[in-house]
Amino acid sequence: MLTIHYFASIREALGRAEETLALPSGVDDVAGLVSHLSAQRPALQALDTSGNTLLVAVNQTVVDRSWKLSEDDEVAFFPPMTGG
Amino acid sequence: MILVQEQDFDLAQVYQSLRQQAGDPGAIVTFTGLVREIYDQDADASNPVTGLFLEHYPGMTEKCLEDIARQARDRWPLQALCIIHRVGELRPGDQIVLVGTASSHRHAAFEAAQFMMDYLKSKAPFWKKQRGKTGSEWVASRDSDSEAIARWQK
Repeated sequence: MLTIHYFASIREALGRAEETLALPSGVDDVAGLVSHLSAQRPALQALDTSGNTLLVAVNQTVVDRSWKLSEDDEVAFFPPMTGG
Repeated sequence: MILVQEQDFDLAQVYQSLRQQAGDPGAIVTFTGLVREIYDQDADASNPVTGLFLEHYPGMTEKCLEDIARQARDRWPLQALCIIHRVGELRPGDQIVLVGTASSHRHAAFEAAQFMMDYLKSKAPFWKKQRGKTGSEWVASRDSDSEAIARWQK
């Protein structure tokens, strides 16, 4: 199962902090997962296409959309960081 | 020493700790970041910040800070370093972040401290939400923060 975390404004827009989900058939990379989740969650699609930057981390490292996913990966979606 | 914590920190204690860990430092630099009352220059001055919530990604945060510290050690001859970042509910005037470096010479200590601050501002998974009298909103990232990183990549 994939473990998916949502943080900050993404968490609030989706109304959830995490979920688990089997790697959907036909999905093998981050871009595929974003499309899959966006189809179910209009809020995520809106965030991804509105010029907001949606960052994705896999196993706690920021990756680009072509990153290949494996079953049991930890995936996280969040906006650009604003620490310090 | 890398700490992500809700509680406040004591600069004098951190300084002593850097001094002891370092052995024979010629220079110790510490930087402390504070919560401002007027957070953004463009913000409405009549709606001052009444609180700041710091969210983070437990696990990834520590990994990122360790990585930033490792890069600083690779680039400069440091005898000791320290990063402390607070999370949770903060108020104007509160300390948010501290970086400290100890080295034989000041240039390494200054530069490494600035490098770590520049990196942690836009590479470590922290997010600020500011609260004012008229509501709360997530703080937007700034281009100037990305530009600060680009400077170190030349």
